[in-house]
Amino acid sequence: MLSIPEPQRTNEFNNMTSLLDVKNLKVHFHTRNGRVKAVDDVSFSVNAGETLAIVGESGSGKSVTCYSLLDLLPKPPAKIEGGTAMFDGEDLLTCSSERMRHFRGNDIAMIFQDPMTSLNPNLTIGEQLIEPLIYHPDKARRQSRNIAKCRAIELLKEVGILDAERRFKSYPHEFSGGMRQRVMIAMALINEPRLLICDEPTTALDVTIQAQILELIKKLQKSRNVAVIFISHDLGVVAGIADKILVMCNGLAMETGNADKIFYNTEDDYTKRLLNAIPEGAKTMVNRAQDKSLVEVSNLRTWFKDYSGSKVSIVKAVENASLTIKRGEILGLVGESGSGKSTLGRSILQLAPTTEGTVTFDGTQLTGMSNSQMVPWRRRMQMIFQDPYASLNPRMTVFETLAEPLLYHGLANKNNITEQVQSLMDDVGLARAQMRKYPHEFSGGQRQRIAIGRAIATKPELIIADEPVSALDVTIQAQILDLILDLVERHNLTMMFISHDLSVVRYISDRVLVMHHGILIEQGDTESLWANPKEPYTQNLLAAIPLADPVSERARMARI
Amino acid sequence: MIPNDTHIQSDKGTSLWEDAWIKLRKNRLALIGLSLLIFLCIMSLLTPWIAPYGYEEQDLLMGATPPSAQHWLGTDIFGRDMLTRIMWGGRVSLMVGFIATAVALAIGVIYGAVAGYVGGRVDAAMMRLVDILYALPFMIFIILLMVVFGRNLLLLFFAIGAVEWLTMARIVRGQVMSLRKQEFVEAAHSLGLSQWIIIRRHIIPNTLGPVIVYTTLTIPSVMLLEAFLSFLGLGIQPPQSSWGLLINYGVETMEEYPWLLIFPGIALSLTLFALNFLGDGLRDALDPRTSKD
Amino acid sequence: MFKFALGRLLQAVPVLLVVITMTFMLVHSAPGGPFSADKAVPAEVLEALEAQYNLNQPLWQQYFSYLGDVVQGDMGPSFKYPGRSVNELILSGLGTTAELGLYAMLVAIFIGIIAGVTASMRPNTIQDYVPMTAAMIGICMPSFLLGPLLVLVFGIHLEWLPVSGWDQIPGDKVLPAITLGTGYAAYIARLSRGGMLEVLSQDYIRTARAKGLSEFLIIGKHALRGGLIPVVAFLGPAFAGLLGGSFVVETIFQIPGLGRFYVQAAFNRDYTMILGTTVFFATLIILFNLLSDMLAIWINPKLRQQVRGNA
Repeated sequence: MLSIPEPQRTNEFNNMTSLLDVKNLKVHFHTRNGRVKAVDDVSFSVNAGETLAIVGESGSGKSVTCYSLLDLLPKPPAKIEGGTAMFDGEDLLTCSSERMRHFRGNDIAMIFQDPMTSLNPNLTIGEQLIEPLIYHPDKARRQSRNIAKCRAIELLKEVGILDAERRFKSYPHEFSGGMRQRVMIAMALINEPRLLICDEPTTALDVTIQAQILELIKKLQKSRNVAVIFISHDLGVVAGIADKILVMCNGLAMETGNADKIFYNTEDDYTKRLLNAIPEGAKTMVNRAQDKSLVEVSNLRTWFKDYSGSKVSIVKAVENASLTIKRGEILGLVGESGSGKSTLGRSILQLAPTTEGTVTFDGTQLTGMSNSQMVPWRRRMQMIFQDPYASLNPRMTVFETLAEPLLYHGLANKNNITEQVQSLMDDVGLARAQMRKYPHEFSGGQRQRIAIGRAIATKPELIIADEPVSALDVTIQAQILDLILDLVERHNLTMMFISHDLSVVRYISDRVLVMHHGILIEQGDTESLWANPKEPYTQNLLAAIPLADPVSERARMARI
Repeated sequence: MIPNDTHIQSDKGTSLWEDAWIKLRKNRLALIGLSLLIFLCIMSLLTPWIAPYGYEEQDLLMGATPPSAQHWLGTDIFGRDMLTRIMWGGRVSLMVGFIATAVALAIGVIYGAVAGYVGGRVDAAMMRLVDILYALPFMIFIILLMVVFGRNLLLLFFAIGAVEWLTMARIVRGQVMSLRKQEFVEAAHSLGLSQWIIIRRHIIPNTLGPVIVYTTLTIPSVMLLEAFLSFLGLGIQPPQSSWGLLINYGVETMEEYPWLLIFPGIALSLTLFALNFLGDGLRDALDPRTSKD
Repeated sequence: MFKFALGRLLQAVPVLLVVITMTFMLVHSAPGGPFSADKAVPAEVLEALEAQYNLNQPLWQQYFSYLGDVVQGDMGPSFKYPGRSVNELILSGLGTTAELGLYAMLVAIFIGIIAGVTASMRPNTIQDYVPMTAAMIGICMPSFLLGPLLVLVFGIHLEWLPVSGWDQIPGDKVLPAITLGTGYAAYIARLSRGGMLEVLSQDYIRTARAKGLSEFLIIGKHALRGGLIPVVAFLGPAFAGLLGGSFVVETIFQIPGLGRFYVQAAFNRDYTMILGTTVFFATLIILFNLLSDMLAIWINPKLRQQVRGNA
């Protein structure tokens, strides 16, 4: 697989006394399938006021590294097998659990990935904010509720929560994702920690919110001179804020160095692969769009009834959408979460019930057709879904999954089905020998290949791909994107590519639609839209894209 | 529809069922439960041929004797062999358990599946009915039924089944509802597959796990209900017997002849243990959350 | 919350009507009247008796006059205890059964929650296995078996506790309460273990831990509320189950409570008594389901606000 170099043991930043100095950390997981070396001999250090980014794909051990510092790993199965983590002269890995409580939330605070689940839904955010103060393990530093409340409200204002006094009494579900992450940040800072560990703090957020949170973290770090460890899978996200970077893969430290060196001057093969996998710049393949349109959508409305609240409310997921998809083109559809982009895609395929308007496919109106009338048309249009774990029936083998559409639509018979499935598997880059395996035996990228194989099985003309790469690691994402581009060309496909990730959309699309709150607000050829966005929303969106370029990212941070 | 034979060499995958079986085999308590259950079922089936004595056979010289070489579990006050009586009683208890559960299963699965798959107003109305039925004091109704119409075995199946299907319906409905929203079911729709194929190939196989688990856990609760009614004198009627009834008789004479209470009690408790351990084991083995890693 | 409760109570009215109607029809479709068991009753006496209890009227008339009485809170006279009304009989047994139920509920909730929470704190260790094995035994040992066994051991063999009665000898309430409560303690232990394990695996528990809170606060303040939601949801059904269990326990320990009256009434074909107790039990069960639902809503701030927004 990868050629893995010896992890670097020398530390280029040892001229100062570090706040945290981790040496030869080893964490193993003892599972029923044997021992997994989650972190294998990793060393790094962080100085006061400095930001260290730990970057790696899933399973690289980046989170485990940081959780082991605060003893937050479930033991068993996790076990720290060796190493030291000196914080202020004390070893975090061997201190007593009583002593550890003094570090947690006081000297070292942590922010987690998913702000939706990381706050207790049963307690007000105010109560959760003041806890580190009123239950401080050091009795002398314990504060009364009233003082803690004042401090918390002050901090809430500082992290940008409006009307902080009133919001103090609110419950987490009354906040949006970005606001919850601000609350999390306030909570982490309430005891003025010296080290702040951020575990993918922006991954669950929309790109514009991500930019705001990154700015906030940077600003607070400067004002307090707090050291930050920032964990991310995305090199682009850390470019603007990291002073130095540790790249991890499969539990090993691949490379450590200052940000400029990692981005501009890396010597490590894995880091190079990571950087190359970041989708950047315009589509390199020719635009194969013909003049003939394949799909025409006019004044489409898709409304839902929402039963989840106390009263039934109408959700206007898609409002008055009109668009055309030309034969042979790849049309990108971008929007943030809740913009209605997925619903629009499903409405075009008649998978979501439309309320008003028409969808025409190859000259025939689809809206108003019954399910049975739709059957011959379904063969000609297919969908690729976001979550490769949910989009495959867990009880069907690859063969069964791929054979089902072929046999159902009469594209193969019992005699040649095996060959047909095999050639499909070749098409999407799956080994033929894996035909009898079940989805849970594959990785995320392989699963997505199976799902793509199913979508192209019926030789469709149109494919709507709904965030097909957003659940994948960046190197896998690059492979799948290339596979999609390759298939579009080889099979003369027309594609609508839905994504929240603007860089991916730019990399793959000929033309782009921008959707916001259920409305298509702007469209245009990809490069001209990037060069000259007209709507303020689009401008904001494009400006928020993090680039894997420290110099320009720092310049942007400095502007704010 | 899909042929299974292929002529190429390929790695055989492990299906979720095989995976669950592997996990279940590692669970010692569940295996003990399963073995015990199989043993009990075989014993019950073969009772007429292997029981040491006749069901009504009295040994007048040995009335109410403690366990001995002749009567392993002793005799009751009429000199009837306890082992024989427990074996015959077990037949009835297990039969009630299985048949009443089957009734509950049939009603609950169909009702829940229809509600979950059709959804919308139909679902709301169907589940409202289940909610209302849940609020009824069923225990009292069963007692009433047994009092009014006499202690009829068929009626007992029907009455117990009528109570237990409610939870089954809720479980199946919830499962179908969540499956319907899964992307692989949506993918099947987008392939144009007919409703029936989607239900048969994509929905049913994925609801089976929870149904199996709940079925395993319903059998003991049904057996308990029967034993409870028989204990009150409202369930099985002599000359037929069940473990509940034997326990009832045992309580009357427990001061003098404690084995008359203890052995049927052990038989019932052991069976309940076996079923509950097996149910717990199946739940762990079939839990999709444990098979993703 | 008040409006929500009122709405639910109004919904209970048709349910109660169904219960009354079904019970009434069932009881009156029974072969053999209430006095057919008394041997050789002269025809004129039987007629007089039937006239006295309105049994000679057409069925629908009996039904509506009964319904009218029930609405006014009058369950009618008892057939088998001449001169006593059903209301009197229910009231005379109610206190005893309520006390028994309360003790059993306390046993169930305290032992159950403590065992379940203890087990969930260190899953798959001895601290988990011991209480959970005990809970499994509790589930597989029904009250009609556990009661006699307890009597045999603690009453007859060790002679520590009285074997029957209620409120006569000190300590005679211990065995009945334990007998009735154990099964539910076992269920609650399993439910609270499951609920706590679910909650303890949540991200917000990790957040609490990362804040430096003590394990006591993490369990007591952050986890318990969410972890006990399954237990709260179980309280309604548990109450209905306790009522049923009281039939057995009151029979075993010869306690003069409602449950024993009910079983006797069922055997005696005491129409009005059966009808009366059934309606009474149904009302209680509906009321307790409502209480347990309201508690579940009160625990969950999101639901609480939804209900408030609705009202």
